Amino acid sequence: MSEVELLGALRRGDEGAFRTLVDRYGASMLRLARVYVGDRAVAEEVVQEAWLGVLRGIERFEGRSSLGTWLHRIVANLARTRAVREARSVPFSALAGAEVEAEGPSVPPERFRGPDDRWAGHWATPPEPWGRPDRELLSAEMRALVVAAIEALPQLQRAVVTLRDVEGWSAQEVCTVLALSQTYQRVLLHRARTRLRQALDEYLTGNQRVDPS
Amino acid sequence: MSIPELTCQELVEVVTDYLEGRLPAGRRLRLEEHLAFCHWCQTYLEQLRTTVRLTGTLKEDDLGPQARAALLGVFGDWKRR
Repeated sequence: MSEVELLGALRRGDEGAFRTLVDRYGASMLRLARVYVGDRAVAEEVVQEAWLGVLRGIERFEGRSSLGTWLHRIVANLARTRAVREARSVPFSALAGAEVEAEGPSVPPERFRGPDDRWAGHWATPPEPWGRPDRELLSAEMRALVVAAIEALPQLQRAVVTLRDVEGWSAQEVCTVLALSQTYQRVLLHRARTRLRQALDEYLTGNQRVDPS
Repeated sequence: MSIPELTCQELVEVVTDYLEGRLPAGRRLRLEEHLAFCHWCQTYLEQLRTTVRLTGTLKEDDLGPQARAALLGVFGDWKRR
């Protein structure tokens, strides 16, 4: 069934259409909610609230964005509000600003040759190859490591990398749903991916991020 | 106007712009020239790609039966109104 047909059926109160949409979008709506509110039960409430909002607003939906984008925007807005209310005392937007400013360079400067060196800006301590075959890198152990590293990211980086790299959304979709500029979305993605690579690197090569001098 | 060389230290900062296809053409060319001879940066880029691929395998956390039932409840309530 196409989106237009599904919408029509939903307006008529067709439960089959509702089930189809829940199958199609429910899991990713839940994952999106969990980016903002860590607790699964709270995230499920947010998703329920979002669907209720969708059903109540279905007459007013004009189809200017795709149904999926609309659904996820509602989830993002509700979850953000909920996260603030649930005693995460700092508003999301304030966190967002701080996230980028607090970040240093992607790789510690000590790992590169200094400005007086003939090879200034080139690796002094280059990355070591991970030396593992793909099937080993894609093991359950490594996946658990990435999950933990994503959990440890600042909130907005976690949101962006979850939607882009776990869900496979386009940059444009992420910008629309999270209300970010293209440039800022890319900065957040870069920070997040850099940190995840770093976490894997520490594990696989045993090198800590900060080398004692 | 000539475009300056790109160092390893710069590469690690612009690598996402490169992967996203958002580097200006001149910079992209410099980056690709750099990569052609710098196997360290090749390693770095390869590791970043592996990271993205690994992240892409994480999609689980499906809607449980209870959550589904709750949603159908929401639908039922709405329909009865």
